Amino acid sequence: MGTVSPAAEEIRAPSPAALLRRRIFGHYGLVFGITVLFIIILIALFAPLLAGHDPYSQDLLARMKPPFWMNGSDPDHILGTDHLGRDYLARLLYGARISLAIGFIAALISGLIGTAMGVAAGYFGGRVDLVVTFLINVRLAMPVVLVALAVVAILGGSLHVVVTVLGLLLWDRFAVVMRSSVLQVRDLEYVNAAKAIGCSTRRIILSEIMPNIVNNLIVVATLEMAHAILLEAALSFLGLGVQPPTPSWGLMISEGKQMMLFEPWLIAIPGIALFILVLAINLLGDGLRDVTAPENRG
Amino acid sequence: MLVFALKRLGLVVLVTLTVSLLSFSLLFMSGDPASAIAGENASASDIEAIRTLYGFDRPFLVQYGDWLSGALRGDFGQSYYFKLPVSTLIADRLSVTMLLGVCGISFALLTAVPLGVVAAMRPNSFIDRAALFLSVMGQAMPSFWFGLVLIVIFSIQLNWLPPSGSSGWQNFIMPTVVLGYYAMPAIMRLTRAGMLEVLGADYIRTARAKGASEMRVMFKHALRNAIVPVVSLAAVQMGFMLGGSIVVESIFALHGAGYLAWESIARNDLPTVQALILIFSCFYIIFTFLSDLANAWLDPRIRVG
Repeated sequence: MGTVSPAAEEIRAPSPAALLRRRIFGHYGLVFGITVLFIIILIALFAPLLAGHDPYSQDLLARMKPPFWMNGSDPDHILGTDHLGRDYLARLLYGARISLAIGFIAALISGLIGTAMGVAAGYFGGRVDLVVTFLINVRLAMPVVLVALAVVAILGGSLHVVVTVLGLLLWDRFAVVMRSSVLQVRDLEYVNAAKAIGCSTRRIILSEIMPNIVNNLIVVATLEMAHAILLEAALSFLGLGVQPPTPSWGLMISEGKQMMLFEPWLIAIPGIALFILVLAINLLGDGLRDVTAPENRG
Repeated sequence: MLVFALKRLGLVVLVTLTVSLLSFSLLFMSGDPASAIAGENASASDIEAIRTLYGFDRPFLVQYGDWLSGALRGDFGQSYYFKLPVSTLIADRLSVTMLLGVCGISFALLTAVPLGVVAAMRPNSFIDRAALFLSVMGQAMPSFWFGLVLIVIFSIQLNWLPPSGSSGWQNFIMPTVVLGYYAMPAIMRLTRAGMLEVLGADYIRTARAKGASEMRVMFKHALRNAIVPVVSLAAVQMGFMLGGSIVVESIFALHGAGYLAWESIARNDLPTVQALILIFSCFYIIFTFLSDLANAWLDPRIRVG
């Protein structure tokens, strides 16, 4: 008496939060993405503690030491050293900082621009919509890699320039998705109700519309973050992105390219790191879309 | 249909004009183009001479109008570095990039569409999972790194294919695979999603009921309807690929327009860069315009709405 039997516990319907939790943990891609991204963020945060070496300090007597799985490796340099004798593991770990910073900040800048444009277009419609749609068309017509390369070459390659240029270029998908998301909710009852009781436009957008489309925003943000990371790596690889001696993964691949004939691990290690990071972010984004808004699967 | 086409055409012209204005203003982003051309050790009078020679002393809009009217006639000025007319330079290189783009998109379509169809026929089967795996890998793989890995395997280890150059058809195999794999995931996902949607339709059930073979149902009835959005995506992808070929061409030292873009950017040869940005943009604009027209022709709901 007084205790609830296990069977009764099961009959009770799960709460929406519990359902969401169940969907998240049942989605292996999402779980993998979150876990790996979390680990990489920890690595980036604690790079100085984990690396054991300075990523910039050169040791010309210990150049081109092979990684641990090859003959002649040095236990002090688990992943070997590069052509200037810098510890490859340290450069790899610090490189995670560069990639994550580029991804976060570029996605933040482009997210702000794109969301503002997309929400304005979707909510106000009419002329605003025409102008925004036109700007999206112009932006889509510009070849991203080419324009980014040219602008970075003119302004000089540095982390700030690369991040800003990517942020100013990658807003198109935010604008497209936010515009269509707002169009889906702007005529729903709760928005009309807010209008009827005289809420300000600002309030309607910020507290009625945004909370209901923020899941789409997060999905686009993750995908654009991955996009920005890949673009930075490509720019740095072509020598027109982040400049040496910054430990960027794209730059490491570019430097290793000279010697990939004899030392293919030089490009394999940073390439695999880049691949895993982008894979994790993409799986996180795809998973979030599946879990929160499966109707937008494309 | 004509009204729709004319409206679209108006938009195309406006977008092209805006892009041309943006790519022209690139020249002035660095501040003073005359001192940039003259170099660091030039005297003030040298810079003045260059300013009048290139016409930088005129108002911006006059210079833009001049450049645009030249561009419309196919004259993009002289290259600072190559000392040749930009249009000659680009015309020499464009065929390689076009060939690469066509090969790349064909490779992507030939692998992605069958994979998408098979994946949709048996959702959650092994083939479906494998196709999904391939597309997830393709989206995360940096294409420049994939290119290098192919070079290490097929040129250095196996010695089957030449690592660089653009002399023969062998030079195009690896760039085609890299560029095609970049476009493949989106096409495959769209084919699969489209097929899954179409396969639930009544006319598929009817086709099966009247005893059509499974192959006939798939390819004659289902794919025909599912392929429409895929074609327009492929057109858009083709535009992206031409712009993105700069990375692939520089890895494989394939002497196309993308490689020219990289060379001219590295050498601050702005007239060439401006012209290339405008030309790549125009390709994208033309491809999307054609795919819009094709879609409107195939689907009347688009042109009315």
